[in-house]
Amino acid sequence: MELKDKLLSSFMVFEDRLDDESKNLNEIRNEAIKSFQQQGFPSKKDEDWKYTSLNALLKHDYCISPKHEPAVEFKDVKKYFIHDIDTYKIVFIDGKYSSFLSETTHDGIDVCLMSSALNKPKYKIIIDSYYNKIAKKEHSLTSLNTAFASEGAYIHIPKNKIVEKPIQIIHFSTGNEATLLLQPRNLIIVGENSHVQIIERHQSLTSNVVLTNSVTEVFANKRAIVDYYKIQNDNQDASLIDNTYISQKQSSHASVHTFAFGGKLVRNNLQFFQKGEHIDSTMKGITIIGDKQHVDHNTLVHHIEPNCESHQDYKGIFGDRSTGVFNGKVIVEKEAQKTNAFQANNNILVDDKATVNTKPQLEIFADDVKCSHGCTIGQLDKDALFYLRSRGIPAKEAKALLMYAFANNVLESVKINAIKTRINKLIAQKLGVNLGFDL
Amino acid sequence: MLQIKNLHAGIEDKGILKGIDLEVKAGEVHAIMGPNGSGKSTLSSVIAGKEEYEVTEGEIFLNGENIDELGPEERAHAGVFLSFQYPVEIPGVSVTNFVKTAINETRKAKGLEEMPASEMLKKIREKAELLEIDRKFLSRSLNEGFSGGEKKRNEIFQMAMLEPKLAILDETDSGLDIDALRIVANGVNKLRNKDNAVIVITHYQRLLDYIVPDFVHVLHNGKIVKSGTKELALELEEKGYDWIKQEATI
Repeated sequence: MELKDKLLSSFMVFEDRLDDESKNLNEIRNEAIKSFQQQGFPSKKDEDWKYTSLNALLKHDYCISPKHEPAVEFKDVKKYFIHDIDTYKIVFIDGKYSSFLSETTHDGIDVCLMSSALNKPKYKIIIDSYYNKIAKKEHSLTSLNTAFASEGAYIHIPKNKIVEKPIQIIHFSTGNEATLLLQPRNLIIVGENSHVQIIERHQSLTSNVVLTNSVTEVFANKRAIVDYYKIQNDNQDASLIDNTYISQKQSSHASVHTFAFGGKLVRNNLQFFQKGEHIDSTMKGITIIGDKQHVDHNTLVHHIEPNCESHQDYKGIFGDRSTGVFNGKVIVEKEAQKTNAFQANNNILVDDKATVNTKPQLEIFADDVKCSHGCTIGQLDKDALFYLRSRGIPAKEAKALLMYAFANNVLESVKINAIKTRINKLIAQKLGVNLGFDL
Repeated sequence: MLQIKNLHAGIEDKGILKGIDLEVKAGEVHAIMGPNGSGKSTLSSVIAGKEEYEVTEGEIFLNGENIDELGPEERAHAGVFLSFQYPVEIPGVSVTNFVKTAINETRKAKGLEEMPASEMLKKIREKAELLEIDRKFLSRSLNEGFSGGEKKRNEIFQMAMLEPKLAILDETDSGLDIDALRIVANGVNKLRNKDNAVIVITHYQRLLDYIVPDFVHVLHNGKIVKSGTKELALELEEKGYDWIKQEATI
């Protein structure tokens, strides 16, 4: 049976098994499964999926509701946490919440589970006003997630709260199932003047096949600050489709840093909607991949109101036969005068067989705006390489230093030092060097 | 120390060096002068092992060993240092971390342990003082946003840290004001001893007032057309290169 058919027939069973309370989402789920049924999985015929094929991933017979009761010891997964700073943690194992590994709170803020938010009447008003409001229904994979989603992170920060501890959302898959499809769903609501920092990671612990189709909705109210960090360094048989939708109100700042260092196939759909003036939206990324890995960044910034800014800066380093895609769309509506929109995508191809497709799309309907975009694809500078080698630094380390220097400015806007340190370590690891100092 | 025999080299079929013979002994300073395009920078790049240049004929020996087949890092490990005319910017890597890496990679290549941190620190402090470099400068990203003078001073700082046997200074004087020139030259002079040698590549006599050469060679059209003592540099300053070019064509 094709995966699509399997999913459609599983939906009925899935729906029956749900707890009574969460059945209030039935309507949303039913609508979503219909939408998925009509659209099916995206194919290369879709303009947005021209350079990313899901065919190889869709061949597997995925388990969609794992039966095993997974067990994971903290010592075995400690390294995947940012553990040198105090954080809240919402941890899932094979899609199920792990209270043992988590550290949640309801003390003034809600850092907890989607399932509990969906099931408890006191959250109903919030769920009704925010859930599935900005997730795009015309994205078939998002609809698929909406149909099946029952678990994920629920974060609600009321107004005027500066959340001191960053929140880590981590999904582990254990390999108890030979092939696993995970569909986490996160909802993050940040009140007026509040500030929150979130770190998200998906990590497979074995070489069994995992496909994660994740949807996150983020609402940043007036003057809120949301900093989101996505660390994508999964193993060779794990793939991720991340759909993140961010709605911003007046004078809010939202940033997403995506560090894509691993996984078989990674697709990041990242969309910002500016619903107010003086909004700042920042999306930055470093991609370093090799082998036959594939990473696709598909971004959208929708400038709807005047006097807003967006900043995009994606750096990519591609080795072996890896492939990269950057597709960055900026829409500036007629009313959105005085928009400043910047976009840069710079790539280095380390090997002859690596490829990058980069495509900026600007749709500007306002006449008083500053919009810039620039894409480059190049190779390592030979003169620079000679300079480093002439100082006694071997070619491999010299190349690593140059690549690091190339990607470095993306790290400047990372506000959590522990993340910077971690990313630097991952970069050094990814480039296969030990330079004797922390990059 | 350095012996160059009948060196022919070029880039993509274009011959640039057309038979260079040069011998530099330990303890000596040689100046190589010459008009633009005469091959000065090519010569320094070829000695340091830049791979874009192809050696078509001749040989380079360092301490009796043929280094033609060695990569730039191996030549560095053997004691060759090139001070670049245009040093490269490396954002995100501090001057300190860069020299630490360079020193420890060289030590690793020689089978030595990494230099202990305290020793490294002491050495950095000592050499920074020699070149009148302050501590803040050392934590800046390598060459990023450095002025021309700062870049050159940083090159000589690296030379001081790496203690090469053969240092080639490629137009180290360009972009330096007179004070910076004095500091850089003073640094180079203090690093000189009977066991190392320096090749100074320059257009102008100016630097040679401070780093006094034992020999001066004039490069023209890929060949050394005249060699002499420091007086030759003065003569060139006074008369320009035209008479040399004429002599060479005769």
